[in-house]
Amino acid sequence: MQTSSYSSSRILLPVRPWFIGFSLLAALLLNFLPTTVWRGVPDWLALLIVFWSIREPRRVGMGLAFVFGVAMDVADASLLGQHALAYVLAAYCGSSLSRRILWFPLGLQALQVLPLLLLVQLVQFSVRLLAGADSPGISYFLGPIFGTLLWPLLTFILLLPQHQPVDRDANRPL
Amino acid sequence: MDHQPPPFFKRGPAPVALLSFYVALSVALLVADARLQTLEVLRQALSMFTHPVQHLAQLPAKFLDNAGNYFVSVSRLQDENAQLKRARLDNVATLLRTQHLEIENVRLRKLLGVKERQQASGQLAQILYSARDPYSRRIVIDKGQQDKVLAGQPVIDDAGIVGQVTRVFPFVAEVTLITDKEQAVPVQIVRTGLRSVVFGLGNGQLELRFLPANADVQDGDVLVTSGLDGIFLPGFPVARVVHIERDTSYSFARIFCMPLAGVENFSEVMILDPRPAVVLPEQLVREAAGREAKSPVRSGQAKKKRLKKD
Repeated sequence: MQTSSYSSSRILLPVRPWFIGFSLLAALLLNFLPTTVWRGVPDWLALLIVFWSIREPRRVGMGLAFVFGVAMDVADASLLGQHALAYVLAAYCGSSLSRRILWFPLGLQALQVLPLLLLVQLVQFSVRLLAGADSPGISYFLGPIFGTLLWPLLTFILLLPQHQPVDRDANRPL
Repeated sequence: MDHQPPPFFKRGPAPVALLSFYVALSVALLVADARLQTLEVLRQALSMFTHPVQHLAQLPAKFLDNAGNYFVSVSRLQDENAQLKRARLDNVATLLRTQHLEIENVRLRKLLGVKERQQASGQLAQILYSARDPYSRRIVIDKGQQDKVLAGQPVIDDAGIVGQVTRVFPFVAEVTLITDKEQAVPVQIVRTGLRSVVFGLGNGQLELRFLPANADVQDGDVLVTSGLDGIFLPGFPVARVVHIERDTSYSFARIFCMPLAGVENFSEVMILDPRPAVVLPEQLVREAAGREAKSPVRSGQAKKKRLKKD
């Protein structure tokens, strides 16, 4: 797939801010779906925050991550600040690694995203253990793995609105 | 590519500064929520924004459920109807006798001068969904502050105790199930009358703790609420003993129980009305007031705890 703005010849349109907001809200909605019983379901919001903080580090930063994290905490009946802390850390790492990660093809990008997603789970895991909860089992870390597998597909879908028409003419040689 | 002026000057605070600010803010929230429990108002305010989104997210599941119900065959419904009718007839004899016994009990209690038992009454609620948090066992029900639900009210279903309301939002309430790790229910063993407290284990089971290794407990014993806590009404089934480990090297037996109510199922539940606080005898009140005057440092929480104990 040749969609990365660095490794391909394709020049992307600038992202529309409303689309970022829309995709984040959609991820929040996906997270609220009653899918608790299936352990492999990735944390969509974490995935989207990592994605946008890598793609658009100047638009999606720690502020948005914090706001969405607190929203998750309230809805989730978890400790207030648990998701917020994890998302803020993920957004920071994502934006500081964005220059490097975007140089890689999608498969390798996914490999670099895996630690970020694991960080999100690990932060929440340690916060809850410190607060005295029980470990939910190793299946808790399945979500990031499935999230990583979805990365190429997710990149393709989320960059679709930024694609230019492919017909080339004298004025548009690329 | 960005169509913005080059970021020479306007870049805002440095990322590390922002990071430390947000991390400090989240850690402050965490500590305040875990240790001080003072953020309920903030939670309620924020839930006004998240609740509509959550409601929206529940719609597809509800739609599928409704569609499934629509296609239930008539014959199955008829079967179920017949079965229910039979069950009702079976129960009629017991029910009529129970009513008679209850009246008789009231009269005898009056004769003896013992206080009347509280009638169990409450309001029906629908379970909306189970909370997403994998660390705790909680469900969300569709009654909240609007329906005058209070934190602490017991929740039951047709087979026994399900849990206790722990957080109340404007339109919904959170119920901590008895299988949650932080939930404890004072119980009594029906066969022997032995009193104890049953704790959730977090894996769908419960454990009777701190009973001596030679305690008279058997597999299959039924635990009912003892009512000593002043919150649960006495006599509601809680759990059945399924497994006992008696190890002579420990002074306590390990006793595992399974909840009797459909704790992990999705169905309708009943929120029981809160028990009225028991009024202390005059003498005890005066004694407590005297002690309070001697040690004015004691916090209100300690006082409340002692009153409950008394």
